[in-house]
Amino acid sequence: MIEVATTIAFALLGVAALLCVVRLVRGEGLADRIVALDTLLLMVVSGLAVQAAITGEDTYLDVMVVAALLAFTGTAMVANFIERRGS
Amino acid sequence: MEPVASILIVAGAVLALLAAFGLQRFDDVFARMHSATKPATLGLILILSGAAFMLPVPGAVAKLLLVVMLQFTTAPIAAHLVGRAAFRTGQELSRDTMVVEEAEYISTHPKLIEE
Repeated sequence: MIEVATTIAFALLGVAALLCVVRLVRGEGLADRIVALDTLLLMVVSGLAVQAAITGEDTYLDVMVVAALLAFTGTAMVANFIERRGS
Repeated sequence: MEPVASILIVAGAVLALLAAFGLQRFDDVFARMHSATKPATLGLILILSGAAFMLPVPGAVAKLLLVVMLQFTTAPIAAHLVGRAAFRTGQELSRDTMVVEEAEYISTHPKLIEE
């Protein structure tokens, strides 16, 4: 049961990540791209959680904490940059 | 506990996909941000609670909870920062985003304005 669920989850997360990448490439401004990148990192964290659920290893959890933190710092820094650059 | 975990994980993945669809369908940054923060965070929480059922390690739930708390506190802050930066630098605002539902109601009820 869990095997089927995780396979479906990986497929859905893959499509979601692909859509994020499409938005990242198309953009319309820097703000659009950073929103897409933030969402993409959220998908990565979700994928790591699914992988942790399959294997039962807790090494993935540390990576998830770091990825979640990096997503926030990156977004905050780029937002600051957009505001100071002014375009 | 496997069935519960399976359902939670699939539901979370569906929400993540919906968030990504919103990123494609909405017209401007501000609407896209809405879809990028709310459904994506809820999807992450569902997937993490699904994973919590599958991890036998004692400290695992604490770490998962840490990720959830981190996402819960930082997602609004990040969205606020990006939204403010986009608005101040004059990112274009879609017409559909600027709906004030009260405005139409007040204009059809003139008594409300006189008070």
